[in-house]
Amino acid sequence: MNMQTSIQTDAIVRLDGVAKRFGSFTAVERADFEIGRGEFLAIMGSSGCGKTTTLRMLAGLEDPSEGAIYLDGERVNGKPTWARDTPMVWQSLALFPFLSVQENVEFGLKMRGVGRAERRERARTWLDRMQILEFADRNIAQLSGGQRQRVALARALVTEPKILLLDEPLSALDAHLKVRMQAVLSNLQKELGITFVYVTHSMSEAFSMADRVVIMSRGRIEQIGTPREIYHAPRNRFVAEFLGSANIFSGKLVGKSGDRWQVETGHGRLAVAATHAPDKALGDTVTFTVGAENMHIATEADGLPGIRARVVGEEFVGASAIVFLETATGEELKVQKSHDELAGIDLHAGTPLILHWEPDSCHVLPGE
Amino acid sequence: MTGNSNRLIDAALKLHIAACVVFIFAPILGSFVFSLNSDRFPSLPLGQFSTEWYRLIWEDPFVWAGFFNTVIVGLVVAVIATVLGFGGAYTDFRYKFLGKNVYLALALLPPTIPVVIMGLAMLAFLSRVSLSGSTISVIIAHGVMCSPFAMAIIRLRLSQMDPDLEAAAWNLGSNEWATLRHVIIPFARPAILAALFITMAVSFDEFAVAWFVSGLDETLPVKILGFLQGQVSPRINAIGSLAFLSSITLIILAQVLLRRASRGTS
Repeated sequence: MNMQTSIQTDAIVRLDGVAKRFGSFTAVERADFEIGRGEFLAIMGSSGCGKTTTLRMLAGLEDPSEGAIYLDGERVNGKPTWARDTPMVWQSLALFPFLSVQENVEFGLKMRGVGRAERRERARTWLDRMQILEFADRNIAQLSGGQRQRVALARALVTEPKILLLDEPLSALDAHLKVRMQAVLSNLQKELGITFVYVTHSMSEAFSMADRVVIMSRGRIEQIGTPREIYHAPRNRFVAEFLGSANIFSGKLVGKSGDRWQVETGHGRLAVAATHAPDKALGDTVTFTVGAENMHIATEADGLPGIRARVVGEEFVGASAIVFLETATGEELKVQKSHDELAGIDLHAGTPLILHWEPDSCHVLPGE
Repeated sequence: MTGNSNRLIDAALKLHIAACVVFIFAPILGSFVFSLNSDRFPSLPLGQFSTEWYRLIWEDPFVWAGFFNTVIVGLVVAVIATVLGFGGAYTDFRYKFLGKNVYLALALLPPTIPVVIMGLAMLAFLSRVSLSGSTISVIIAHGVMCSPFAMAIIRLRLSQMDPDLEAAAWNLGSNEWATLRHVIIPFARPAILAALFITMAVSFDEFAVAWFVSGLDETLPVKILGFLQGQVSPRINAIGSLAFLSSITLIILAQVLLRRASRGTS
């Protein structure tokens, strides 16, 4: 796992071979990673991948079936959630409907035996900080989605924890509000300097906020790294497909000269620059990606070598467009180009085009 | 009204409801009217307006004794049944275990048993353990009969609760007992109060089982039967009207509480 080199030495959380099973179902399979003090870590994956279970184990709401979890150096297996200081912001927000906004925020302090006057003071400080002090005496039912979100954050942060756990907290908000709350969360994390562990299925949320991202699938960790590392060097096919922005090719290694490889694929023999690739022997299977933005389009008339494919459709993405194509063998490929670059090319469905790229823009998946 | 409503069916349904209301309330209303009538026998045309029958029962120590028994039994039963019902409902909300369906079926069983069988069984059992023929016996029997009602009401309320709420409280440093006190009970409070009122009303009206097990410490409904067997007196109408008013008040209170609660949290 060469992508785990960026592990922090000053870890607040350490997972040591942690697994969680529910009966015969394995929710999390051998998780080994550390979370640095003050780090913003996102755990990303589709539903049922084990990300929420991992978060709940950190919170103490589930106990690992195997392995150990260390919080601030202390082994916390079996320590109930109320004895830890690992507040969580819930997907459902889980605000207490029978308490006022202020009482909701005071709850954690009250349960820890903080006196009435101090409780009130500290709760109001946080309500002010989250810009919802004016709603202090309201019922939860009277607040908007964004305001509830802020109450949930204030309630979790009022005890001044070293770590905050967030379980898809923005999933209920509309797109516009989501972007605003992302900025709020990002700034808050930087100001407080505490660790955020953020579970999400949204790549845009994870990649825009997190220092490091953990990608999980079916209980296994597929890759850990900074958004840049993961984006430019996905470790395996799953991650590359999950990111969705690259074309994936697979074939047999038939020629090697330095880091220039020849790979025999269904589209013929392709040249690959294997700059950061692991060592492979001739005859091994090699899987590599080419980013959609690194593909070039040529027409039959240009007479260049490349892969032949027919246009399937086109999708506008702001200043650029993604062209979807299909090869004769039924494989889907995509090319992302600016509108200027696409001007003058016939993009009607069925138009045959030639795709080509520089060998240097290939990335060999080390985990395949 | 939706597009596919049928006038004939609508009218039939309205008539059905009207008939139900008439058949339920006409006898009660009749009893109320005759309780304020000076005539010795309930017959038309009505005699003079009179509160005589109310004065008589007010002065009757026999009625008071029954009334006190009823109230004491009702209060104690309400508390016992609600505590048991809450326990059952919370167990259902919180835990998954083998045989849970059997547990729930057993817990909700008593109201489905014919009261005569229940009364006989209670009498047989309570006399064997030397607890029959007293107020305690009625309390035990009514506690058993009423707790499923409390459980059903509180269970419905807990099912409206966000399942994350309890875990959120634990996560904020509240242990299980503190969470029960500060989160579960406050959330269920309207249902708990409603359960208290309804179980009290059920115990108030219950006759058959009380008749089997009460012995000399008769509750009001049992006393009423005694009255009827001895002499037909308009006092029955007066007692009936009062008993109806107290029950219906308790039930309306419970309904108001439950409606307000489910509107408050969506």
